[in-house]
Amino acid sequence: MKELTIAATVENIETVTNFVNEQLEALDCPMKAQMQIAIAIDELFGNIAHYAYNPDVGDATVRVEVVKDPLAVVITFIDKGVPYDPLAKADPNITLSAEEREIGGLGIFMVKKTMDDITYEYKDGQNILKIKKQL
Amino acid sequence: MTIEKTLNGTELTVVVSGKLDTTTAPELEDSLKESFEGITRLVLNFENLSYLSSAGLRVLLTSQKVMNKQGEMVIQNVNETINEIFEVTGFVDVLTIE
Repeated sequence: MKELTIAATVENIETVTNFVNEQLEALDCPMKAQMQIAIAIDELFGNIAHYAYNPDVGDATVRVEVVKDPLAVVITFIDKGVPYDPLAKADPNITLSAEEREIGGLGIFMVKKTMDDITYEYKDGQNILKIKKQL
Repeated sequence: MTIEKTLNGTELTVVVSGKLDTTTAPELEDSLKESFEGITRLVLNFENLSYLSSAGLRVLLTSQKVMNKQGEMVIQNVNETINEIFEVTGFVDVLTIE
């Protein structure tokens, strides 16, 4: 297990992505899964950066764990910001025309569709969001 | 991300390379905003784009709405990961993907 605690800012999304990519490359992660995980980081860490401590800045922790049989990676995002369960939101209507469409909720929807598992809990004053992707 | 624009009459071709995410999407949005005037066809070439997140989808939707009023917008050379994103989000029905 490896973890990184860093200021939750948009500028740090790249640092987090690079940190996770290092672990994935050591596992010979397929390129497609690596990109899907990068998108998930952009959505999830980006959400924390935008909303968790707004208008202040706080820290977030990103933990990477490897599970075997079958090989999978579990990435946990932890922040101490306002309680927010992104999974509580209804899925967006993806059949509307360009004019009627809204982008809200699309990010987390993409993460749900591309990861194998996603869980949220609020515990000890922390938002804990976990994603699992089989490699 | 890098943005390369070529104007041919009223057709603008934009080659977007790298990744289109929370950090880079505003840059593409600003760049396109500057160029919409007088354009009847916008071609977005994603040959060298590795992936996009919802921030990128937002820019594509905004651009599609602008071009619906003044012409057409097409997206070319999307990779498998990006194509899946368009399918999963229903963007295949909103965008013109060649």
